[in-house]
Amino acid sequence: MSDTHAQSVAFVRDTAIPAAPPPARQRGAIRWMRENLFSTWVNALLTIAALVAIFFILRGILPWLFNGVWTTPSLTACREVLQGKVGGCFSVLTERWNQLLFGFEYPRDQYWRPATAFVLLFAAAAPVMFFNLPRRLLIITALYPFVAYYLIWGGTVLTPIVALLGFVAGYLAYAGLVRSSFATGFFAGIAAAALTWWIGGMIVSAIAPARPWLVHVPSRELGGFMLNMILGVTCLCLSIPLGVLLALGRQSRMPLIKGMSVVFIEFIRGVPLITLLFVANVVLAYFLPPGTSFDLILRVIIMITIFAAAYIAEVVRGGLAALPKGQYEAGDSLGLDYAQAMRLIILPQALKISIPGIVNIAVGLFKDTTLVSVISMFDLIGMIRGPILAASEWKGIYWELFGFAALLFFVVCYGISQYSQWLERQLSTGHR
Amino acid sequence: MKKSVILGALALAGVSAGAAAAGTLDDVKARGKLNCGVVTGLVGFGAPDANGEWQGFDVSMCRAVAAAVLGDPNAVQFVPTTGKTRFTALSSGEIDLLARNTTWTFSRDVDLKFEFIGVNYYDGQGFMVPKALNVSSAKDLDGATICVQTGTTTELNLADYFRKNNISYEPVPIETNAEGQQQYLAGACDAYTTDMSGLASTRATFEAPGEHVLLPEIISKEPLAPLVRHGDNEWADVVRWTLNALIAAEEAGITSANIGELSAQAGDAPEINRILGTEGDLGEMLGLDNEWAKRAIMAGGNYGEIFEKNIGEASPIGLARGLNAQWTDGGLLYAPPFR
Amino acid sequence: MTTMTDPEKGGFHVSQLLSDTRYRAYTFQAIALIALIVAFAYLGANLVSNLRAAGLDISFKFLGSEAGYGVEQALIPYTSQSSNWQAAKVGILNTLLVAVLGCAMATVFGVIAGVLRLSNNWIVSRIMAAYVEAFRNVPVLIWILIIYAAVTNAFPVARDYLGEDPERNMMFGVMAFTNRGVYVPMPVWNAGAAVVLAVFVLSLIAIALYRRHVTKTLFSSGRILPTFWPTLALLIVPTVLAYFIMGRPIGFDAPDTLSNRFNIQGGVQISASFIALWFALSIYTGAFIAENVRAGIQAVSSGQTEAAAALGLRPRRIMKLVVLPQALRVIIPPLISQYLNLTKNSSLAIAVGYSDITATLGGITLNKTGRAIECVLLIMLFYLAISLAISVVMNIYNNSVKLKER
Repeated sequence: MSDTHAQSVAFVRDTAIPAAPPPARQRGAIRWMRENLFSTWVNALLTIAALVAIFFILRGILPWLFNGVWTTPSLTACREVLQGKVGGCFSVLTERWNQLLFGFEYPRDQYWRPATAFVLLFAAAAPVMFFNLPRRLLIITALYPFVAYYLIWGGTVLTPIVALLGFVAGYLAYAGLVRSSFATGFFAGIAAAALTWWIGGMIVSAIAPARPWLVHVPSRELGGFMLNMILGVTCLCLSIPLGVLLALGRQSRMPLIKGMSVVFIEFIRGVPLITLLFVANVVLAYFLPPGTSFDLILRVIIMITIFAAAYIAEVVRGGLAALPKGQYEAGDSLGLDYAQAMRLIILPQALKISIPGIVNIAVGLFKDTTLVSVISMFDLIGMIRGPILAASEWKGIYWELFGFAALLFFVVCYGISQYSQWLERQLSTGHR
Repeated sequence: MKKSVILGALALAGVSAGAAAAGTLDDVKARGKLNCGVVTGLVGFGAPDANGEWQGFDVSMCRAVAAAVLGDPNAVQFVPTTGKTRFTALSSGEIDLLARNTTWTFSRDVDLKFEFIGVNYYDGQGFMVPKALNVSSAKDLDGATICVQTGTTTELNLADYFRKNNISYEPVPIETNAEGQQQYLAGACDAYTTDMSGLASTRATFEAPGEHVLLPEIISKEPLAPLVRHGDNEWADVVRWTLNALIAAEEAGITSANIGELSAQAGDAPEINRILGTEGDLGEMLGLDNEWAKRAIMAGGNYGEIFEKNIGEASPIGLARGLNAQWTDGGLLYAPPFR
Repeated sequence: MTTMTDPEKGGFHVSQLLSDTRYRAYTFQAIALIALIVAFAYLGANLVSNLRAAGLDISFKFLGSEAGYGVEQALIPYTSQSSNWQAAKVGILNTLLVAVLGCAMATVFGVIAGVLRLSNNWIVSRIMAAYVEAFRNVPVLIWILIIYAAVTNAFPVARDYLGEDPERNMMFGVMAFTNRGVYVPMPVWNAGAAVVLAVFVLSLIAIALYRRHVTKTLFSSGRILPTFWPTLALLIVPTVLAYFIMGRPIGFDAPDTLSNRFNIQGGVQISASFIALWFALSIYTGAFIAENVRAGIQAVSSGQTEAAAALGLRPRRIMKLVVLPQALRVIIPPLISQYLNLTKNSSLAIAVGYSDITATLGGITLNKTGRAIECVLLIMLFYLAISLAISVVMNIYNNSVKLKER
C-alpha cells in the first residue's frame, strides 16, 4: 500500500508514534489544580479568598494551640508563664478535667465506675448498630441498662436485679399469652412485671445491706459530660418506643386516639425544649400529689423524652407513609390482625426507612441536653458557666473551656452522623 | 439505664406516700439528710471548692441546722438553685430550707407564703466602677451602662434609684455572677451592681482589685435571711433558733475552741448553760435533744467565726463586720434571750 | 382492619367488646378517653390542693401591675413603671425581631454554603463542608456563648469612641462597633417622608407587575424582555426623585459621642446580646439550611438539566426555569421547619441576657411575682401560636406546589 503513495506523498509513517506523556499543564498536581481550583476566573478568585481566610485562621489558632500551657494551677500563673505571648491556658482542662467530665460532686475514687459504663456502652451499642454481628450479642444490649445503672448509681446490686427480673417475668407472660391475642399478652406482661417489681421492691428494702459493694451516688451528684451522656442515651432509648407508639396513634383509624396523638405531638413540637424544662423545674411540682418530690434529673428525663418522642413520631410517620399500600393490604389478606400486621410486616420496614431520620433526631437530642444548664443542673456547660468560671483561679478563661466543650460534642455528634451515612448506604441496597 | 428510671419512680412513689403527712422536722429526721437550697456559685457565700465541697457563709447555716437536727454537719444535700427556681424548689418541698442570700421583702413573706426566720446578713445594694472612670458617686452615673443580675431585687432597686434621681441608665441583664464579671471586666458595662457583699467578693477575685472602687451610695436595704415554708412552725422554730444560737454564742463568748470545756458541765453563766443544754431543757421544747445548739456551734463555730472564716477581713472576700456586728459592738445582731 | 368477620348471628355478648373488631375500636377509645379524663382530673385535683395548701391561686392580675425593671432593648415605649403585660409585649417583639432577622440571615448563609458546597472548586467546597459539619455537630448554646464571649472580648470598648479626642473614630463618621453593641444612624422621619415611603412601596409593586408581564410575554409569544435594568431603574429612580422633590424629608440621627461620658448616645444601638444571638442562630441554622439546599439541588435529576440544554437553554435559564422550580419544591418544606427551629431556639436568649419573651415574662416577671404557672403557660401559648401560624403557611405552600398528576 505504501508504494501507491510513494510518489504523491513525501513521507508516510508506517509505525505508531509511542504514546507521549501529556503536556506538563495537563498532568499531575497542576492539572488537578487547573481543574479544581482555577477553572474560571471566578473560581480562581474564590480559591485565593479561601486560602487567605485559611491563612488568617491558622495564624490565629496555631500559636495559641502550640504555645499552650498545660501545667499551671491558675490563670494568673499561666499568664506569668506565657509572659504576654499568645497561647492557650489549657491547664484549666488538666486541672479540672474530672469536674468537666464527671461533675464536682461525684466521689473521686469512684470515677472508674462511669468510665467503665461508658466503655461498655460501645459493646452494648455495637449489636444494635451493626446488623451483621451475631444476633445473640443483643443480649449484651439488653443487660447493659442494668449494669450501667448499677455502675453509675451504685447501691445494692439487688435493685437492678429485681428490675431485670421484672422485665424477664413480663416477657415470659407476654410470650406465653401472645398466641391467644396480642392485647392479652401485652397486658399480662405489664401485670407480671409490675407484680415482680412490687414484690421485689419489698424484698430489696427488707434485706438491702447497709454497706453495699458500690457506694450509692445520688442523682444530684451526677454532672459534667457524664450527665449529658446519661441524659442523651436514656432519653433516646425511652423516646424511640414512645415515638413509635405516637406515630401509630397518629396513623390510627380511631378518631379519638388519632386526635390525642396529633394534639400531643403538635403541642410538644410547637414549644421550645427550654419551656418544657421550666415546666419540669418550676411548674411540675404543683401537679404532683402534695409532699411528693422526685428527682430533678428524673423530671428532666421525662421532659426530654417526650420532646424527642414527638419528633421521632413524625419521622416514623414518614416511614409508615412511605410504605406502599400493598404492604398493608398484604397483611390484611393474610388474615393478620392489627398488632400482627404491624409487628411482622409494617414496622420492620417502616423503621428501616426511618433509621437515618431517627439518628438525626438522636444527634439533636444529644445536643439539646446542654439546655439543662439553664435550669441549674451542672452538665458540661453548667460546670463551665457555674463552678469553674466562678472559681477565682480560672476567672476570665473562655476559649479553652468552650473549645473543649465544642470538641467533645463535635466528636460524638460527628461520629453518629458518619455512622448514619454509612448506614444509609448499607440500607439503600435493593431499594432503588 | 432506662430501667433505672422506672425503678426510681416506683421507689420514690413509695417513699413519698409515707412522708406526705408528717412535718418537715420529722421528714428530715426520717430521711437522715437535710435538703438545703443554696446559690449556684458565689464565692464566700456558697460555692463548691476545688474538691467539690460546698463552702461559704450560707452553706455554714445549712451545716449548723443539719448538725442541730441530725447530729452530723455533713448530712446535707445541697441543692443549687437559681433566682428563678429557688422559690418553687422550696414551696414544692424539694428543699427544706433555703439559705441563698435571699432578701426578706413584704411580698415574698406575705404573697409568696414563706417564713423568713431571721436576718443572717444585713446587706445593701451598691455599685462597683473602674477607678479610671473617675466616678465618685452613683448620681454621676447618668447614661451609664450597668450590669445587673436578672431575677433579683437588685434589678428593681436599680430601676427605682435611677427613677428617683431622674437620671437614665442602660441595663445589661446577666444570668450568673461569672458572666457579670466577664462583661464588667471587658468594659461592656461601666458599672456592676449587686449587694455590697457580692461586689466585695467579686472584686477580691480580680487580678487588680485596686483598680476598681465601690461607690459610697447604698441604694437599698437588703436583709438577707434564710427561709422555710409558711405554716410549719415547728420547723421554722428549729431553724430560727439555730441561727439565734449561733448569734447568741458569739455574744456570750462561746467559740469552737472553748465549747468543749464550757459544755462539759454547767458553769457560772446561766445563759451559756441554757444554750449548751447543761441546764434546762430548751432542746426538748424544740423537739430535739438538749445538745442541739452545742452541735450547731461546733459545726462551724459561732456566728463571728463563720463570718471571719468565709467572708471576714482575713478571708479573700475581706468584708468588715459593719452592720453585722453584735449589738454590743454597735451592729444590728441581737439574738432574743435563751430562756 | 380485616373485613373477614362473619355476619353477626345471635345476640350481643360482652366479650365481643374485646374480640369483635367491629366493637373493639370503641372499647379502646373508651378506655383511652377514661384514662385521659382520669389523668387530667388527677393532675387538676393535685394542682387545686397544692395551691390551696400554699394559699395561692391562679390569676393573671399580675400582668396589669407595675413591672419595675428596665430592659435593654424595647421596640415599643417602655419604662420601669410600665405593666408586666407591656414588658411581655416588649419580649414578644424582641423574639419576633431576632427570629425574622435570623431567618433572613440564615437563609443567606445557607444558600451560599449549600451552593458553594456543590461548587467544583475543591477548596471552597471543602471549606463549606467543614462549616456545615462544625456547626451542625456542636450545640447551639455553645455557639451562642462563644460568639457572645467573642463580641465582648474582641470588640473595642465604647469609651474609645467618646470625648473630643477619641482613640478610635467611627466608621464613615456614623457607625461605631463596640462590645456593647453596634451603633448606627437612626432615620428621622420628617413631614413628607410618608410620600417617599409610599412611592417606594408603589415602585416595588410596579416591579412585581413588570416581572409578571415579562413571564407572560415569554410564555405567550416567546419573546424575552430584559428584567435586570428595568427592575433596578424602577427600584431607584422614582424613590430618589420623590426624595428630592419633597425636600429631603428623611434625615439621619448619627450616634453622638460627645454628650455623655459613659455611652454613645442617639442613633440605633444594636446590642451585643442581640448580635451574638442573631449571628449564632443564623450561622447555626444556616448550616442546616445549606444541607437542605444541597439536597434540593441534587434531587433534580441530571436528565432535567440535560434535556433543557438539549432544547438550547443557556445555563442561567436552565437554573432559573428548570432546576430552581423543582429544587424549591424539595427545599422549602424543610426550610420552613428550620425557620420554626430557629424561632424556638431564640428562647436561648436567656443565656446572653437578651430581653426576649422567655427573659422578660418567663424570667424577671416570673421571679418577681412568683407566678410560675401563669407565666410558663403564656410563654407556651405564644410559641404554640407562632408554630401553628408557620404550619398553616407551610400547608398552604405545600398544597400550591403539589404535583398535579393525572
